Amino acid sequence: MTAVELLRESYEIQGRNFDKAGEISSEIKALLSGLGLDAAPTRRSVIVAFEAEMNVVMYARRGTLTLVLTDAAIGLEVRDEGPGIPDIETAMQEGFSTASDEMRELGFGFGMGLPNMKKNSDEFRIESEVGKGTSVFATIRLNAHA
Amino acid sequence: MTLAEIKELIGCEVLVGDDGLAVEIRDVVASDGMSEILAFARARELMITGLTNIQSIRTADIAGVSAVLYCRGKVPDKRVLEFAREKRIPVLTTTKGMFEICGILYGKGLCGVS
Repeated sequence: MTAVELLRESYEIQGRNFDKAGEISSEIKALLSGLGLDAAPTRRSVIVAFEAEMNVVMYARRGTLTLVLTDAAIGLEVRDEGPGIPDIETAMQEGFSTASDEMRELGFGFGMGLPNMKKNSDEFRIESEVGKGTSVFATIRLNAHA
Repeated sequence: MTLAEIKELIGCEVLVGDDGLAVEIRDVVASDGMSEILAFARARELMITGLTNIQSIRTADIAGVSAVLYCRGKVPDKRVLEFAREKRIPVLTTTKGMFEICGILYGKGLCGVS
């Protein structure tokens, strides 16, 4: 059975704008909470969105986060124009990080972001091209964590 | 244990949310790494951190923790406190260090999350 798309919203993420970092995820939290979805998938989605948003802010020039809500799942697509990830398998390991001191001072870049996103998703995929950018696709099912 | 009891036990000053101290706390997450907090946080939890920038409150809100306690006498700036007020997250500070706070709370039966 094909899932019915209920909502699609796109947000522009500005790279290097640490002051606004996380605002989009807060907006998504408010949006999803307002729709009366279950707390667990909402929470998982917002954590994935926040980690992805922080990654774009820290590493990329700009990015787009698209939220797609269907009757079965919450989908998040985050595409950035950034340096790309040369070795995705290594980047997925907990503790691996290429963050600068500046990023760590913000409380990020401890090598938990990508593993955290995967942990909170039911389906998770990364595509990346060095020098061009990275795209992350995450799906959080609505009925999987009741 | 309520947040009010934790305040007395540790010796905290309440920076935001004087009216929110009745909340029941079961678990504790303590880290300066925001992703660590996002990975392990749950509701009815106290977040202890030494990071006082706006991302600490943003993380507390996204993770859904019940309150934030800044250790070693750290106090965030007004804008951060205003943001916590807006998000209705109680914020406390204490002169004690993270290790000592965790030791005291662990001794009183509060649990960590992993």
